[in-house]
Amino acid sequence: MIDAVNLTRKFGDVKAVDNVTFHVEKGEIFGFLGPNGAGKTTTVRMLSCLISKTSGEAHIADYDVSKDKDSLKIRKIIGLVPDNVGLYGELSAYKNLDFYGKLYECSKSQRKENIERLLGMLGIWDKRDVLVGTFSKGMKQKIAIARALIHDPEILFLDEPTVNLDPESSKIVRDFILELKKEKKTIFLNTHNLDEAQRICDKIGILNTKLKVIGTPKELEESLWGKKTVIQLEQVTDSILTALGSLINRRIVREENRIIIDVVNPEIENPEIVNAIVGAGGHVQYVTELSPTLEDAYLKFVGKS
Amino acid sequence: MKLWKSWVIATKDFSIFRKKKSVIYSVVLLPLLFSIGLPLTIGVSGSASGTIPSSVLPPILNAFLFFFVILAASITTVIASYSLIGEKVQKSIEPLLATPTTDGEILLGKCFASFLPSIVAIYIGFIIFMVLIDKITYNSLGYFFFPNWDMAVMMFVVTPLACLLSVELGVILSARVNDVRTAQQLGQLIIIPFFGIYILSEIGYIALHVNNLLIISAILLTVDLILFYISTLTFNREEILTNWQ
Repeated sequence: MIDAVNLTRKFGDVKAVDNVTFHVEKGEIFGFLGPNGAGKTTTVRMLSCLISKTSGEAHIADYDVSKDKDSLKIRKIIGLVPDNVGLYGELSAYKNLDFYGKLYECSKSQRKENIERLLGMLGIWDKRDVLVGTFSKGMKQKIAIARALIHDPEILFLDEPTVNLDPESSKIVRDFILELKKEKKTIFLNTHNLDEAQRICDKIGILNTKLKVIGTPKELEESLWGKKTVIQLEQVTDSILTALGSLINRRIVREENRIIIDVVNPEIENPEIVNAIVGAGGHVQYVTELSPTLEDAYLKFVGKS
Repeated sequence: MKLWKSWVIATKDFSIFRKKKSVIYSVVLLPLLFSIGLPLTIGVSGSASGTIPSSVLPPILNAFLFFFVILAASITTVIASYSLIGEKVQKSIEPLLATPTTDGEILLGKCFASFLPSIVAIYIGFIIFMVLIDKITYNSLGYFFFPNWDMAVMMFVVTPLACLLSVELGVILSARVNDVRTAQQLGQLIIIPFFGIYILSEIGYIALHVNNLLIISAILLTVDLILFYISTLTFNREEILTNWQ
């Protein structure tokens, strides 16, 4: 559905996006994670045919973003929620959406139906005649999302959709994104909210001008160090470490009264480890699994740049 | 190019203008003030001095008529600032550009939005002014001064060209200015050359008759074309999203 191959954008001599390659399947939520200035917005703008690429290729549903004749077709099948909502404060919610519905060439009945459906789903139908300028940030964000969906696009680009929102509004927006996934919409989500990416994205790319890594949230987490078992003991003795050393040939780290051991198959290995410790006279207080988080992955890959 | 899309953009702007008091004051009050105030000046001067000599009246009336050209340029600047920089200030330009609408359709919509209210307001002002002047000066002149060819050229050629000049200046300014007030102040510089023409006509240096008005129109048209070229270069999505400050 969305394909980018060596996509690059320069501003003067500065590379904002450098040789980025990825593929997003239809119906997938793809998260682009990266710090401010990583090139996330520039990538979305290139894919939305708002700005041109310097080199590389990008296709949206087989349309080429660099061809003028394709750009209008692309803009008809995509919806964009930019990082600034950019609504007309002097117009009502209904009039804002109706205006965009006209530009997306929706018929009058389509506009009426879509506005009612979207505002209803977002729980703000009763505010349809209120001037948008009087709305809270959360409400404005909801209107911006409704605007991007007014023409029922196949692909939705969301640029930091929950930034500056309170937790309740963020949850409503996230839940709404998951609802859209059920409708088989392809969603491209720019965010630096790791928790959000982990909760809703099928696939994540970590970008810092260059695309550092790409994979499912689980793959990214496990790409760091696999699985580790943490055993908290009353006391760590040399005989326990010797027993563990002879049992498994893996890295064992001692941290005061804790032992951290790399494991491949914890279900099989953990009982053997505990038996060896007990056999060496150790007293086990508890055993836990230490898993890397998406934050660890993010910091590792972004920090490398 | 789909003209109806430009019209949709223009009508959206009209809805916004109706909520802006400063736009309403500029579009409604200023032309009204001039269209009534200037004939009153003639009327009061005539009453005070018995009567204004009929040989003096035509150049004065033509010069007064030229006030409406100045006013047209000024009002259009006010509206163009709201129309273009308003989008920039509200950050609504990006979602607008993301729609399947071409840069040309958006630019034309903005031109409609700035040009039409100004020209309609000025034409209404023109009509009131001419009716009142005819009523006040008929006894002195012995004929209805308006309509005449000078007025026709001023109304249908010079005024639209002056409005276009303001719109184009608005487009160019919107690339560099970030608030409506600054754009309006800078945009008002446009009235300086027009005011210069007015002064020259008042001191009798040039006469605002058809020939001279056509020369002024030709100069305006040339400047309009140059500014149109510059404004189309300025108003493209790449430029707007990457270089507009």
